[in-house]
Amino acid sequence: MAAHMTNAHRRFLQVLMSNRITEGSEARKLHQHCCETDKVYYAHDKLDDFISTINSHLQPLFMQIRKGISEDDGRAHYAVVNLAETEVTKMASDYTEMELELFRKTMDLIILSENGFASSTDILNLADQLKTKKMKKKEAEQVLKVFVEDKWLSEKNGEYTLHTRCIIEMEQYILSYYQDLAKKCNLCHSLAIQSQVCESCGIGMHLPCARKYFRGQTEPRCPKCNEFWSCDTPGVNRMGSQT
Amino acid sequence: MSQRKRSKGLGCSQMTDGEVDCIPTQVERHSQDQVNQKVNELVQFLLVKDQKKIPIKRTDILKNVIWEYKNAYSEIVKKADKILQEVFGLQLVEIDSKRHIYILVNKLLHAEGQHLCRGKEKEKMGLLLVILSFIFMKGNSVKDSTLWEFLHLLRVYPGRQHSVFGDVRKLVTEEFVPGGHPHPLTEPPEFKFQWGPRAEKETSKKDVLNFVAKMQGKEPAFWASQYSEANQGTA
Ligand SMILES: [Zn+2]
Ligand SMILES: [Zn+2]
Repeated sequence: MAAHMTNAHRRFLQVLMSNRITEGSEARKLHQHCCETDKVYYAHDKLDDFISTINSHLQPLFMQIRKGISEDDGRAHYAVVNLAETEVTKMASDYTEMELELFRKTMDLIILSENGFASSTDILNLADQLKTKKMKKKEAEQVLKVFVEDKWLSEKNGEYTLHTRCIIEMEQYILSYYQDLAKKCNLCHSLAIQSQVCESCGIGMHLPCARKYFRGQTEPRCPKCNEFWSCDTPGVNRMGSQT
Repeated sequence: MSQRKRSKGLGCSQMTDGEVDCIPTQVERHSQDQVNQKVNELVQFLLVKDQKKIPIKRTDILKNVIWEYKNAYSEIVKKADKILQEVFGLQLVEIDSKRHIYILVNKLLHAEGQHLCRGKEKEKMGLLLVILSFIFMKGNSVKDSTLWEFLHLLRVYPGRQHSVFGDVRKLVTEEFVPGGHPHPLTEPPEFKFQWGPRAEKETSKKDVLNFVAKMQGKEPAFWASQYSEANQGTA
């Protein structure tokens, strides 16, 4: 049943793994490049089939190429995910215990926040409360920078949120660890870190999902309670981190 | 298909081919499922190390993955290598047969660089310059594992014929670093590379520092200690 792997599949997988995260249009270009380099059949609309062939071979290894949607712009991204490691332990070999603790606490702040962002001030205030070992603010700043470089966090104007890579790799873990505290998008039903929340009933939506949903509506109304949608949803302007 | 994830040790509840074993002994035979699970764990372990370009020691494989499956070691390694080749296009290669150190090498040919380059000597000198710079900037001596790691980053693999450099390990140890004095360190014994007599004669620290500075777009004086060392030589 499972189609066999060619060198094009292997090459694609190698690049995806070394990229950590690959944007959709890049993945499509890469698909073409790999098929051409290794002279195998290429059809531009067959990326999903191509990936599922690879996935059928990754499955026994508890690995998978997963597609995720950026919460900022709704674009698809791909990452190779290790399903055997359900915890933050997938980061364990790269960071010290102290750094991991800072990451977990940062993740708490982000997930428990209203808008999916934690300010650097709030994060840095955690640094000297770490159980493992107190961290100086300077050190903590440096560690945050590394988390951003490694694409676990992304930063906008001094506010941090989870990077798309982190969401793709850790969605299952976050949903099971935080349970109801982790918000889900009312439209696409996946984890929503940055979300718009209905002021009357409290449901949340990804910005790109809301944008799609409200497109063409003159007066946006909540898909659940039908109240007026007070957040400002435009493709025009993101509201980052007011209030 | 219903393999359990990472099980550390054998629990009483775990079936081994229909029999329940509470106290696994060294000579115990493992079921094919269990061996396959170890194979998968090993593949993941090797991929993680490879991602960070860390050469892999056999003792680490034994300690971190194989555990009580020692008697199936070569079977597990062989199967893991097969999966790495079939799924990932990577091959497990022993780069140091004395201390049993492995790396993963890419089996896929790169689009370019499949044919031998004409300016082979020039290319070799380029590699040499890069290595000498690395040693100099690292304080005049580096552990050999550090050097292999660094070369691995440049996709130059000591265990494999390189299209331009040939046998890179041989090139480096026998041609490049004739004065690469072995320095036994703490256990396990490590060897260090430093500039050999030929390098000292044929090139200067000043030239090397200028090269590094140019590559990095900085002034040579940016590296204060190297800068003063390089200028001492010429004074
Ligand atoms: Zn959504
Ligand atoms: Zn509502």
